[in-house]
Amino acid sequence: MSGDRITKGLLFLSSLTILLLSAGIVVSLLGGALPAFREFGLRFIISPAWNPTAGSEEYGAMSFIAGTVITSILALIICIPMAFSTSLFIAEYFRGTRTSGILRSLVDLLAGIPSIVYGFWGFYALRPLLVATGLTDQGFGVFTASLVLAIMIVPYATSLSAEIISMVPAELKEAAYSLGATRREVIFSVVIPSARSGIIASFILALGRALGETMAVTMLIGNANVIPKGLFAPGNTMASVIANQFGEASGLKMSALIAVGLLLFLITALVNYLGKLIIKRFA
Amino acid sequence: MKNSIIILMAVLALAASSCGGSGSTTGRQKEVTLSAAGATFPQPFYNLAFKKYNEAGGPLISYGGIGSGGGIKSLRDQIVDFAATDAYLSDEELAEMPGEVVHIPTCIGAVVIAFNIPGVTELKLTPELLEGIFLGNIKMWNDAQILAVNPGLVIPDMEITVVYRSDGSGTTYIFSDYMTKVSSLWNEQLGTGKALNWPSGIGAKGNPGVAGTIKQSEGSIGYLGFEYAFAQQIPMARIMNSSGFFIEPTLDSFTAAAAAEIPSDTRVMITNSPNPSAYPITSFTWIIMYRELAYGRHSRDAAEAAVSTVKWLTGEEAQAIATSVHYAALPQNAALQAAELLKGITYEGQPVLK
Repeated sequence: MSGDRITKGLLFLSSLTILLLSAGIVVSLLGGALPAFREFGLRFIISPAWNPTAGSEEYGAMSFIAGTVITSILALIICIPMAFSTSLFIAEYFRGTRTSGILRSLVDLLAGIPSIVYGFWGFYALRPLLVATGLTDQGFGVFTASLVLAIMIVPYATSLSAEIISMVPAELKEAAYSLGATRREVIFSVVIPSARSGIIASFILALGRALGETMAVTMLIGNANVIPKGLFAPGNTMASVIANQFGEASGLKMSALIAVGLLLFLITALVNYLGKLIIKRFA
Repeated sequence: MKNSIIILMAVLALAASSCGGSGSTTGRQKEVTLSAAGATFPQPFYNLAFKKYNEAGGPLISYGGIGSGGGIKSLRDQIVDFAATDAYLSDEELAEMPGEVVHIPTCIGAVVIAFNIPGVTELKLTPELLEGIFLGNIKMWNDAQILAVNPGLVIPDMEITVVYRSDGSGTTYIFSDYMTKVSSLWNEQLGTGKALNWPSGIGAKGNPGVAGTIKQSEGSIGYLGFEYAFAQQIPMARIMNSSGFFIEPTLDSFTAAAAAEIPSDTRVMITNSPNPSAYPITSFTWIIMYRELAYGRHSRDAAEAAVSTVKWLTGEEAQAIATSVHYAALPQNAALQAAELLKGITYEGQPVLK
């Protein structure tokens, strides 16, 4: 019995640590962000101004919120067809075959590539390609960043979706086949509906990752602290501006950066919460 | 450059691990380890110099390139023996420090205007052109104003892409300090700072990021530390100085900028130098340390090692190392002033240097 109690105590302690850690992060973010909010009030959230020059300092997070939301949503839109079809391919159409095995390991391989490497690839390989299409002058901007982000989050969405799809009970599918359904019909009327909430959850997790991605985005988005004027215009994201500027920041600017961090934290939390709501509704 | 940093780190790691074991008797006089942090701008110079100094029997110094702001913070928190900064401390910043701080200039760095225009390797720029280009008012390379300064230049009909630093940096500070001096429009719109509210263009992180972006993007122009443009062989513009001469960025023209009168605490920006042979966008970079080194648990050994290191850094041997990695050496007047300032540094009231 005492073994049980020890286990219980240990588990309790480790969950408590997580709780304390999250609370600590929130408290320190709030504390650090306070001067910025005291100075600018709610205007901090809606203002796109970012002027660090001493004397006329003014900070607002809107440019970065816009950059983060636009790149992440765009990445998600690009990612959905790729990840969705790949996961169906792996987990349903070619289930158990060698092709699917190879594909699955390749997808996992993509997930293991560090962000900075994606950044390099985007900078030296993808960007010149985009410039060659004539759509953009220099290739830096929201679209390039979103494209690389999409490729970065595909493996997450794919692996998770594939896992969920392969968990659909065989009896369900067999029943549909016995009623004369084709493979396509089985997939669209049995597999997808029963795996729906899990698939949605996997895309929300992928979105969460896109929101916080830093290095690859910083290398490609152009780091202009303005609301992007178009798909091919430069912008900046919340994570990227923090990574770029905190090294030399102090005083009010440091507080503004921490406040951006707090907002990013809140947005991520909100996305996760929305995800849970959606899962609940469909499940 | 990267290789040498990696090698240095490996050496540091090895040295650190071997230190732990021995402790008592080694060939060296005293095993002192110093820690320093700050500007990335002079980091290639410091890394190499500290390594050579250590090889010659000096203390082991670990230098963290965390930016000038980080260096100042570290010195304020008294967690480093000395710090390095590209912008001298303002009166307010000095007042916030727990003790009196001394600025020791160690070398001169220059900010160059590098460009990537197909078929063009030489370009002359005036302060007015710099203002127009970097504020986004001159948008095309074949603009009449650019052609007027560069007669006979065949320049394509191409859009100008300005590349700036996305991170806060001393390089931006030096460039904007110069621009503020020569352009009232710049002074109104952007002012001087380590990060600015750029009206157009794209940002890249760090000097290497700016160098890479310019190299990769046709039609781009940006400002960066001389040694980075030099290493990557990116063409650099000649800039018209205050006497009306177009000056090529060279180590000699950088040193010439500092040959003027320097205040006794060396806190001065030497951009837009009145010297006719000076390149106009140059600056000292400084080591900062406390005047009284007996604070907290700071030992006398560490104080002596720190002062002698900085003294050596401003001496002839280290200055030769600086030029080998493309920083301009201190002119004689500045070197003398540095030596004078170092004599004033004390430990428990007694001068550290004998």
